[in-house]
Amino acid sequence: MSQRDLVIPFDHQQSAHCETGVISNLMRFHGLPVSEPMAFGIGSGLFYSHMPFLKLNGIPVTSYRILPGHIFKRFARNVGVGIKRMKFREPLAAMAEMDRVLDQGLPVGMLTSVFYLPYLPKAFRFHFNAHNIVVFGREGDEYLVSDPVMDGTTRIHRTALMRARFAKGMPNTSGRMYFPTHVPSDADLRAAALKGLRRTARDMSTTPLPMFGTKGIGYLAGKLRHYERRMGEKDARLALGNLIRMQEEIGTGGAGFRFIFAAFLMETAKLLNASVLREKALEMSRIGDQWRDFAYEAGRLCKGRAESHITYDHLAEKLLEIGRQETAFFKQLHQLARQL
Amino acid sequence: MAMKKEEVPQDDANLLEGKFKVVKYALNEDGEFEKVPSVGWEPENVALRQAWEVVNERVEAARQQVLRGERSPLAYHMARNMMEADLLARHVDLPARRVKRHLEPSGFSELDQALLERYAQALQVTVDELKQVPR
Repeated sequence: MSQRDLVIPFDHQQSAHCETGVISNLMRFHGLPVSEPMAFGIGSGLFYSHMPFLKLNGIPVTSYRILPGHIFKRFARNVGVGIKRMKFREPLAAMAEMDRVLDQGLPVGMLTSVFYLPYLPKAFRFHFNAHNIVVFGREGDEYLVSDPVMDGTTRIHRTALMRARFAKGMPNTSGRMYFPTHVPSDADLRAAALKGLRRTARDMSTTPLPMFGTKGIGYLAGKLRHYERRMGEKDARLALGNLIRMQEEIGTGGAGFRFIFAAFLMETAKLLNASVLREKALEMSRIGDQWRDFAYEAGRLCKGRAESHITYDHLAEKLLEIGRQETAFFKQLHQLARQL
Repeated sequence: MAMKKEEVPQDDANLLEGKFKVVKYALNEDGEFEKVPSVGWEPENVALRQAWEVVNERVEAARQQVLRGERSPLAYHMARNMMEADLLARHVDLPARRVKRHLEPSGFSELDQALLERYAQALQVTVDELKQVPR
């Protein structure tokens, strides 16, 4: 490849989650400063689902957010941002198109598989095919990367990037890339925040089917109660470990989303001058703490170090209680949001 | 009460290899949320280590099977890449049925150079490495 070196001045800021980090960083580049929590809230990122029938690497999916890619989609719709999205069959075509956009001075967001990103610590490199990064330049055979979960920018060899962009699995990454084509200078973030907030409150409290929204938490609790009886001790511990990973792992999920959502509520409280949202933020944060307590005790049980009162029944009760609180929380938020 | 800045867990199990810290949102002294760096958290470390133990057990089981002549070296390299036959099949663009056949010693010995190269590429090894397992 005899392409000229290129560095687009891109202000990388670290985030707790990849997709919202990419949104925040890309928007700031295009002149619209939006924090990660605002990106998350406006894009209605928060959700809950436990889908025992849907497996990822052989593990039933528990998700604390909406589907990958949808946060950016909803964010763009609510703020009036235009985005060009592409996917490819041919790796070389995908790289050529990325180069073409870079040559125009535009940073490019893209979907990658964590497994094929050599710069990430090995312990995190599972087949997770929905990791978002931004490429903002190239030097020789390397591309300059802003990976939002990292504290600084990094580099990746062209061959490695090509592979990460074309991993198979759920989903195939298919060279998916995207970049903003239009970012409004007069975006109404207040209206957008309110829209995002309403959507989250509605979806959490009114989605039918037992596995979705706040009811889904109780649904998982019901399953968890029988883990040990149904699977035996060893497999039950594995299943529990998987639950913790889905809940806490960087970039993929988390009770961490409860704290990001709380931060969004707090920022929105200021934006709309609605102190009641600040109270909701603190309440959400306390629920987040209970998710963390749950993970802590689950971790002890997983390790075989639990005090005798920590049983699957006990954890199920804990989860059930979190479910009750989130149900009440989002119902109230749903009503509150109508009056704002 | 909600998680405060100084309560953000710092349980280092070297899973991040000292490469960077992750950030978590926590409340600062002004009652505002702020991004706080963290080197890790015990339950997450436990769960991650457990997941790796499962992977390592599978790799070792596959290695033993290869050494006993029950499966082909492909099985070992597939396990090292944390793949099952159907995912590997998608990477080399073959029907899963054929990949399963190649996981057997007799099926593997029929592979031509072109297919060996495709597998090697998908499993991030050289063709020579693909044909053997560590003893």
